[in-house]
Amino acid sequence: MKAAVLSFPGSNCDDDLLHAVGTVLGQTAVKVSYQVTDLTGYDVVLVPGGFSYGDYLRSGAIAKFAPVMTALKAFAAAGGYVLGICNGFQILTEAGLLPGTLQWNTSLQFICEPEPLLVVNPHTAFSQAYAQDQQITLPIAHGEGNYYADPATLAQLEANGQVVFRYLHNPNGSLNDIAGLTNEAGNVLGMMPHPERAAEALLGSVDGLGVFQSLIQATKGAAIHAN
Amino acid sequence: MQTEPTPTVIKTAKPYLEWGLTESEYDRFAEKLGRLPNYTEIGLASGMWSEHCAYKYSKPVLKTFWTKNDRVLMGPGEGAGVIAIGEGKAVVFKAESHNHPSAVEPYQGAATGVGGIIRDIFSIGAKPVAILDALAFGYPQDAHTKQLIDQVVAGIGDYGNAIGIPTVGGETRFASTYQNNPLVNAMCVGVMDESAIQRGKAAGAGNALIYVGAKTGRDGINGASFASGDFSTAEDANRSAVQVGDPFMEKLLVDACLEVTRDHQAALVGMQDMGAAGLVSSTVEMAGKANSGMTLDLDLIPQREPNMTPFEIMLSESQERMMLCVRTGHEAEIIKVFKQYDLDAVVIGRVSDDHQYKLLQHGQVVCDVPVSLLTDDAPVYHQVGIKPARLAQPAADFDPGAIDLKKTLEAVLQDPNVADKTAIFRRYDAQVQTNTIVGPGGDAAVIRVRGTHRALALTTDSNGRYLALDPEIGGAITVAEAARNLVATGAEPLGITDCLNYGDPTKPEQFYSLAESAKGIVAATKALNTPVISGNVSLYNETDGEAIAPSPMIGMVGLIEDLTAIMSPSFKAAGEAVYVIGQTQAEFNGRLLQQMTQGDVSGRLRPLDLAQEQENQALVLQAIREHVVSAAHDVSDGGLLTALAEMSFGRNIGADVVADWAPALWFSESQSRFIVSVPPAKIAAFEALAGPLATRLGRTQPGELTVQSAGQAMAANVASLKQLNKEALAWQLK
Repeated sequence: MKAAVLSFPGSNCDDDLLHAVGTVLGQTAVKVSYQVTDLTGYDVVLVPGGFSYGDYLRSGAIAKFAPVMTALKAFAAAGGYVLGICNGFQILTEAGLLPGTLQWNTSLQFICEPEPLLVVNPHTAFSQAYAQDQQITLPIAHGEGNYYADPATLAQLEANGQVVFRYLHNPNGSLNDIAGLTNEAGNVLGMMPHPERAAEALLGSVDGLGVFQSLIQATKGAAIHAN
Repeated sequence: MQTEPTPTVIKTAKPYLEWGLTESEYDRFAEKLGRLPNYTEIGLASGMWSEHCAYKYSKPVLKTFWTKNDRVLMGPGEGAGVIAIGEGKAVVFKAESHNHPSAVEPYQGAATGVGGIIRDIFSIGAKPVAILDALAFGYPQDAHTKQLIDQVVAGIGDYGNAIGIPTVGGETRFASTYQNNPLVNAMCVGVMDESAIQRGKAAGAGNALIYVGAKTGRDGINGASFASGDFSTAEDANRSAVQVGDPFMEKLLVDACLEVTRDHQAALVGMQDMGAAGLVSSTVEMAGKANSGMTLDLDLIPQREPNMTPFEIMLSESQERMMLCVRTGHEAEIIKVFKQYDLDAVVIGRVSDDHQYKLLQHGQVVCDVPVSLLTDDAPVYHQVGIKPARLAQPAADFDPGAIDLKKTLEAVLQDPNVADKTAIFRRYDAQVQTNTIVGPGGDAAVIRVRGTHRALALTTDSNGRYLALDPEIGGAITVAEAARNLVATGAEPLGITDCLNYGDPTKPEQFYSLAESAKGIVAATKALNTPVISGNVSLYNETDGEAIAPSPMIGMVGLIEDLTAIMSPSFKAAGEAVYVIGQTQAEFNGRLLQQMTQGDVSGRLRPLDLAQEQENQALVLQAIREHVVSAAHDVSDGGLLTALAEMSFGRNIGADVVADWAPALWFSESQSRFIVSVPPAKIAAFEALAGPLATRLGRTQPGELTVQSAGQAMAANVASLKQLNKEALAWQLK
């Protein structure tokens, strides 16, 4: 698998993704600047966590105007796999690549803690390494992770099976306990928890490896799309 | 433009008194200069001769610190100290206080404290890999204290989280002495190649001084002087002396500066953070260290506001700025790096060989003084301490009397000093950079060192209760406790950084505490082989004339060379033997139980036996390295029973323990103790190793903590105790 890890000014999980995908899983992972305008040649584009442009206005609100976003939209439209984690998820919703938005946590506080999740749809390119309703624990670390979509959108994405991960003990007020979801086509996934932080036994958990192993599997030509 | 008073008017109107400079200091400056200083010159002197920059009262004390062993690569005097950790790598660390700014504006005060200490680390060329915060507040009973805690925590979190450096540990203590004078000490740890150490110097006539980062504004002007004065609750005019932080800017600055030290080593002469006393201190210190002079053109300095005076420009403490000295001809190469990160980078002057510090504005010379006048010529006061009356005649020993084991345990577990701190720690990103092996909440944090097979253990410790009773013994205990935290994880302590938080040193009683505690710190650092490699002083922690208890904060770093021998405090299985290492005696003076009962502390402290301390620590370290123990925890606040409860929480495995002593002894805080659990198959090996140092207390068991003591037994459900401990602080902070 050849993965592009986007790097915006203020991204701070880009190196962690390079480490998890490149060093731990032995794949080709390349850091790609926000100024790049062409993403062809990559199997997967990973949009990392952090505080792009400081997130002073609203998470992801400035990043969506970065030069690379046009290329990212083209990459997604062509069916390429895009995974946005934390700030990456926020950027993807701001850019319209995923439905809904992420509001402040109901506590109005940043929360960093391991969070148990259920894999409610293991039939996606991002989750096929997991079993149906498998419980995994991934760290969250965000202030704005409270997923919101209007009732019609919510009903539609539930009906389509776009929800992939749900919180077991909703930490931030997300509607329907949504922790991660795909677009309708199933090739773009956003999630607030950090799978790259649960990729080594030394650091306490390997529950997150399945996300990347699913993508490795999918990009071997055995891609399984949602629905 | 403001009109500045002439040198003659300054001499009579004495505006410098407002900036913390005394009349005799003014006279000293004028005499050494050989003429009357102008407004800018005397302003610079007020910053550079402040305690914060010149250590004029603390220098004689700091000189007594033990700062060197065979592992120390760079001791105090630079942005941070450096210690070799093997495999070609070095650890860089320093702590700094931001007590005054945090009291006035807790959010920005705490945030900029974190930002400042991070810059000290990457100015050495190290990648910052961890932040720890040592905080002290009054008990969270009133709305003001709760708000203060909330804002300090938010400030630390918002800065560290955004910049992408994990906040992995620290501590939060509560005592009435901090009610009006909170302590906010931040420590940053970095890792680098041993060969790439960078120093803050400006050498070589003609070399360029390049200003990088944020523009200079009117924030934090003369903050160093502000931090070097007492505080009054009636005064809030100091608000403008607090800076405003921008972690996004700092993230760019870290990345750009590390790129320069990594890829442009040949072009770089020196680099320093603009911290206290901003532009003047960074540039003057860089010149001083290289015995050179410099000329700066203030018109070239990126400014956020129009019409700033030289005084304002040079003493502004605007954040996220660095000063680089770059070889002639390499300016464009370096500026290009910063431009890639959209950062300002401007040549603002040149190094000269005439030893003069010269500033120009609008073509006029606005300052022309010898560099040494602002650095080496600062006064040093050899203050003589006087033992405070309360120490001369200590109160009788505190006797907790006939206590109820269970009720006391429940009360201790809910005291905010012992309560689970998750309500605070969960607001900090503890895992970014994916190196965190043990995060906040344990005895010490443990992070892996990339590119090696090693890990670092990190902790902070401070305990004003002990120092209030005996500064020398308390100082030694603080160092020993920090080392115990590290040893319990399996780490060998390497060295310390410190924040010396005390009252007004011009008062002989306060100076006494500073000097005496230094004696204790020196003795302990030598006994435990942990030299002081960096630190700062925060004196003048007084509000309305009332000083805090002397509260040195010790930040300590330890090394783990075997990643399979990292120990945690949680009991792992039922049916394992439980031992205490060290002697338990009736020691309640200055202890948590006394504070909880009396609201304050009193009495004498028993001296700390440093040889015994060292022996006990060596035993625990060896037992962990030889894999004969399955859990280890140092015994601190709340004594043995509290430590046993804490070891039970992780896996809901309690213990059944017996001792033929008075119930209160379970809460005594005798020093130099650890609790360990030993699997049945390892008991013989452990006992052979420990000999008489360890006493068997009992065995682990599922779900219950049961105790038998002289005349009293206790049975408690571990899950219930854990709930009390876990929820207490969140409730108290609401």
